Amino acid sequence: MRTIAFAVIAVLVALPALADEPTIELKPGPGLDKVEANCGACHSLVYIQMNSPFLNAAAWNAEVTKMIKAFGAPISDGDAKDIAAYLAANYGT
Amino acid sequence: MLTRRSVLGAAGAGLTLAGSGWPRFSESRAAGAPVTPGVPAGIADAATMETLPGKKPLIRLSYRPPNYESPLDYFRTSITPNDEFFIRYHLSDIPDVNAAAYKIVVGGDGANGQTELTLDDLKKLPAYAIVAVNQCSGNRRGLSNPHVAGVEWGFGAMGCARWKGARLKDVLAIVGLKPEAIEIAFNGADGPAFDRTPDFIKSLPVWRAVDESTLIAYEMNGAPLPHLNGFPVRLIVPGWTGTYWMKHLISVTALTKPQGGFWMNPAYRIPVGMFPVVARFVTQENATTTPITEIVVNSLITSHADGAKVKAGNTTVSGLAWDGGYGITGVEASIDGGKTWSAAALGEDLGRYAFRPWSFAFKAKTGKNTVTINATNKIGQTQTAALLFNPAGYHNNVMQNITLNAA
Repeated sequence: MRTIAFAVIAVLVALPALADEPTIELKPGPGLDKVEANCGACHSLVYIQMNSPFLNAAAWNAEVTKMIKAFGAPISDGDAKDIAAYLAANYGT
Repeated sequence: MLTRRSVLGAAGAGLTLAGSGWPRFSESRAAGAPVTPGVPAGIADAATMETLPGKKPLIRLSYRPPNYESPLDYFRTSITPNDEFFIRYHLSDIPDVNAAAYKIVVGGDGANGQTELTLDDLKKLPAYAIVAVNQCSGNRRGLSNPHVAGVEWGFGAMGCARWKGARLKDVLAIVGLKPEAIEIAFNGADGPAFDRTPDFIKSLPVWRAVDESTLIAYEMNGAPLPHLNGFPVRLIVPGWTGTYWMKHLISVTALTKPQGGFWMNPAYRIPVGMFPVVARFVTQENATTTPITEIVVNSLITSHADGAKVKAGNTTVSGLAWDGGYGITGVEASIDGGKTWSAAALGEDLGRYAFRPWSFAFKAKTGKNTVTINATNKIGQTQTAALLFNPAGYHNNVMQNITLNAA
């Protein structure tokens, strides 16, 4: 599943229909690569900036869990942990 | 035929590329969008003004899915022009709709039959027009205190247009409803980027669906709907929040059981008993939450932003008021922090679902002047003095209070 999802994401980003998407530069830090690969597959990364800085670590973790449980995002447990940690460290309270 | 573009469907994971109806930019982006004061710092920094095809510049909150709000100065008329109207999507696969091939499937286990209607079929039904506010349920979420997660809208996730189309009740009459039908569900042509993400499907109670004001609209302010406002047809549910106004409508399904799915529950819910709403969606209620339904009475000062500079002396503040369709009966203004109130003058009445313009003249004294506005509707509802906090940031109708600096 992971391999397939990553292959698809690579194609998605390369396709011209998204060429106009504004580049969102998130803060550098451990886990950013996983954020870009997973979160960016379904929505603009601006959602992270938009929801900052008012969520604490538990609330960011709940958002990641919501993306997996409610929206079906194919994110591994390990990646989910790294993503939540990145969000709390860089966009949390 | 209208289908979602499953460009990558063969990959198995089911990620779907955004449809060809994706927005393209026609001009450059400029930083420094005029966001509503009070939205989270993260979006105040990230928001930009962007111009989508057929639109004037709007405040971009997100590109994928597209969420763009109207800046304050687009609300100086009681009809919002199509090119100034806000854009809101939940999901990012947006098809480019071919109107000639467009069909709506009408049926369901609560109907006596099933049929398909083309755009021409809809236009052959008796046409009705209504001026109505389309306000996103989450309008002003960005002003919640404390902030809550979501699309951080300021004042501008709303607009008012003259919608024209067929009555939903006339469309339902073609197939006939069974007595046991309890809800009517709606789906649009847009869908998720990933096939395990719940499609955006919403339902209405039958009583609301067959209300004479509920339309399947193919015209907005005398023109076809802009693509990103739901071309070729969208549902119009005057008085109820935008979540029910399904864009790119492709199915109308009569149900004998409540519609399930993420977008009905837990999404778009308010705590039971928190807000003074009359219209209830009983088949979806539970012990703690109930679907958001009608718009709460509200107003917006549109002539001046908070902190604006004015000349001392005769000053006129103006704006808009609206509610869930009972009709605005009065707007009051206070320049002493709410101790005393004076009636504002009401402008043209375009119907009980429309924006009602108002204006208030007073003498601004040199220095700081505060103006507080409170609207009242026909059933005596007024705005609130303090926020009624709820987890999704809905129904923020706190009386607006701005400062004008006079010299």
